[in-house]
Amino acid sequence: MNLLLLLIVPLIAAIGIMLSPRVSAVRQISLAASLVQLMLVGWLLFQMLNSRSVSAQPLYFEQVYQWFPSWNIQFHIGVDGIAISMMILTALVVLAGVLVSWQESILPKEFFFLLMFLSLGAYGFFMARDIFTLFFFLELAVIPKFLLIGIWGSGQKQYSAMKLALMLMAGSALVFVGLTGIYLEAHSFDLTVLSATHFPVAFQYLFYPLLFVGFGIFAALFPFHTWVPDGHASAPTAASMFLAGISMKLGGYGCLRVASFLMPDAAIHYAPVIIILSTCAILYGAFVTLMQSDLKYMNAYSSVSHCGFVMLGIGVFNTTSVYGAILQMISHGLMTALFFAAIGMIYYRTHTRKIPELGGLLAKLPFISTVFVIAGLCSLGLPGLSGFVAEMTVFVGSWENKSLWVRLATILSCASIVVTAVYILRASGKVIMGPIRETFVNLSDAVWYEKMAAIFLLAGIFVMGIAPFLLQYIIGNEAAAIVKQGTQVLINK
Amino acid sequence: MLVYEWLILKQEIFLSFLIVGILLLWLFRDISNETWIRIMNIFLFINILIGFTGFHYGKLFGDTFQSSPLILFEKVLLSFALWLISLFSYDWLRKMKNLPEFYLLLLTSLLGMYIMLSASNLLLFYLGLEMSTLPLAGAANFEFNSKKSSESAMKLVLSSAFSSAILLMGISWLYGMMGSLDYAVISTQIGHSPLAVLAFLFILSGFAFKISAVPFHLWTADVYQGAPVAVTAFLSVVSKSAVIMVMIPFLYQTFEEKIDVWYPALIMLALASVLVANLFAVQQINIKRLLAFSSIAQVGFLLIGLSAHTQTGATSVLFFLIIYLFSNLAAFGVVSVFSSEYGKEEIQQLSGLYSTHPFLSWVLALSLFSLAGIPPTAGFFGKFFLLLSGANKGNYWVIAIAAINMVISLYYYLRVVKTIFMNHPVSPMENKPLAFPVRLALVICLLGILVVGFLGGFYEHIFQLLNGIN
Repeated sequence: MNLLLLLIVPLIAAIGIMLSPRVSAVRQISLAASLVQLMLVGWLLFQMLNSRSVSAQPLYFEQVYQWFPSWNIQFHIGVDGIAISMMILTALVVLAGVLVSWQESILPKEFFFLLMFLSLGAYGFFMARDIFTLFFFLELAVIPKFLLIGIWGSGQKQYSAMKLALMLMAGSALVFVGLTGIYLEAHSFDLTVLSATHFPVAFQYLFYPLLFVGFGIFAALFPFHTWVPDGHASAPTAASMFLAGISMKLGGYGCLRVASFLMPDAAIHYAPVIIILSTCAILYGAFVTLMQSDLKYMNAYSSVSHCGFVMLGIGVFNTTSVYGAILQMISHGLMTALFFAAIGMIYYRTHTRKIPELGGLLAKLPFISTVFVIAGLCSLGLPGLSGFVAEMTVFVGSWENKSLWVRLATILSCASIVVTAVYILRASGKVIMGPIRETFVNLSDAVWYEKMAAIFLLAGIFVMGIAPFLLQYIIGNEAAAIVKQGTQVLINK
Repeated sequence: MLVYEWLILKQEIFLSFLIVGILLLWLFRDISNETWIRIMNIFLFINILIGFTGFHYGKLFGDTFQSSPLILFEKVLLSFALWLISLFSYDWLRKMKNLPEFYLLLLTSLLGMYIMLSASNLLLFYLGLEMSTLPLAGAANFEFNSKKSSESAMKLVLSSAFSSAILLMGISWLYGMMGSLDYAVISTQIGHSPLAVLAFLFILSGFAFKISAVPFHLWTADVYQGAPVAVTAFLSVVSKSAVIMVMIPFLYQTFEEKIDVWYPALIMLALASVLVANLFAVQQINIKRLLAFSSIAQVGFLLIGLSAHTQTGATSVLFFLIIYLFSNLAAFGVVSVFSSEYGKEEIQQLSGLYSTHPFLSWVLALSLFSLAGIPPTAGFFGKFFLLLSGANKGNYWVIAIAAINMVISLYYYLRVVKTIFMNHPVSPMENKPLAFPVRLALVICLLGILVVGFLGGFYEHIFQLLNGIN
């Protein structure tokens, strides 16, 4: 299959949305485009698995086009299991996002246009095999994010939009300096070429932090996570889903694919720092979440905590932990998107997100309440749901590291699950259970598009939770290859 | 001498005839403003086309005047920019008395730039430079009723006279040392005497004045704010581009031997420009002043790329100039519509623009994003290559400072975008339909902003043009 299709579909959809005269056409185009994307990604997965059973390759559906020959820059795309699984996540979240915003009444045309543009950036990012292209798609999201939060958001939306745009731009600036270093060292941006290059250790020590922190800002690396709560809380539902579900994963993916993959020596050298920072994020995020009374802030801080697990997995950098980090990216993407969707549905009906002002919704909103509880249970790591699989793998991976400090960090991180349980159960109890408030007596439950959105995400969560071996089959080897590449370099030295 | 050898002067000849033709027509015919503008737009377009008629190589006048595909390309770019300016200033020009004078002044300035680009002798270069600067003072004073306009013209005259004097001082010292002003002679004989270094620094500061690099920038903001938008656009895009285009062979070939002087000087100018301009731009409330400081910052980025001293460096500079042309002209085009139609030049007055003028809002927003260097606009590619080539000597700290400044600059561009899209309208503006030339100019700029960056082949074309630059 031609990978360019995945870029062309959102592009055509975006243009179609801009040209379409009616709001209903705008919605239909967006829905059709995101459905087509989901099918394309599914077909991609199917084809990859087919061709892999014949002979395993490092990269599938590879395409190379000359772009700026005098710089040796190619438009190089291709996917492996990790990229495909991230794309499935993207397709699911975007589809759910479109469905959830079905009734968007303020400037609907622009809203869906920007949403399509965001998804274009994410697909491009995951399929890029040239870090110039990757960087291009990483920054592509700045404009849509800024406008989506600033125009359609709530609360301090302008402040949040500005903060998010500037902090992410600062991350990009760090990444850019790192890319410059890589280019001047290897005279190429191509990941395939770069992975065969061994960078001098002193060089790695200098540039690894730039790249890691740069991508880390996107992935809410402590202490650069401050854009997360404001950005997520102010954004409209679909944008929150995208930000937490996909955008933060761009950072994790970049840390793994660019920083740690290319500079394994430095990854091992800086591992203690990363592990300490991610443990801080996990604990800090969990405890701050306890204090929140706004549902969106609660989920945003809990995202900081959960993304800490991703960074922990990357920091420990062994086969199991990296595999766990990828699982956690997917799991958190699905879970947090579902949570934001549920919060959005509640907010749409009750016009409040404050936990003390809500109560007894189960009686009137059984579907939404169930979704809310499932998302919460997934967040606290209930077995059978995706959160358990991912977090467990990260813990097992980091326990494999026999250093006392890493084990201590692992224990502390594990302990955060208890805190998670406290805030999730408390919030569910207050919002869902108990006597219903008088003002909420006339509420009506989810309609078809909201149900569809939730069902798509729930399907992902359940499949991953019940049959994790499927993902093991898709990404297990690739995760191992990333780490093996690193350790081989170390042995060769 | 054969006739066709003179054909390398085709653009200069055409412009001269055009200038004389305007004068004669103005004397003998009473033509309405609309017709004038229509005629001039057609002729300016023909002027672009003439650049594509061949006759690339040649030298004239005792080798003081030269032409090459590169020079021809640069001249076409400048003509193109003037055509766009003439198109988007339609509303403003229509209301002007003495309209032909405006074209006379700008065309004379353009002719000066042609000569400056083609010169291979410092004397001819100086002639071209003066010819390109002085008419602009007249043009800056074009709004006779506005005091600010006169003030801006006065400041432009004084500062450019001052910078020309410095430049001329440097040139005369060089002549005293070598007895020749030919670039070829200078490049081989300049030597390492302290006087030569001083003379070169004088010339370099003359250049820095013209492109308004910090600390030679003090005139810029006031002049930009006071002058009519069309003239500001010409000053910030065409004048600056012309001088930077001259600087490429000037530094890379003529004064190549002085690289140990100009390299640190360029880096210092660049970092000072980027930092100071950004810090000032953050506080501006007038959009023309904001664009003035932003253009100083852009010059800083250009100088970083220029310091690379490689073919890729020169290519990225020229590539960025093209992108800068589209982005800045788009921004000025929108500002021009507002200042002539509604008399609005403050950022705050653009509040809630999107609800009444969606097209103009998108053009302004995309042009600002392009200036900030955010994809999918062309500015991303331009900045990326500039900084990447500037890093080639391994001075990552320069790139790091530049990257930090990209974040700062994003702040003030985003502030404008925020005002347009997210603030509530202060006073509702009625939506007048745009005149056709204005719409054409804005659409061309928009296409340029969205498309040029992706054109790898175009980049390679420029790369080939610059073959043998160092």
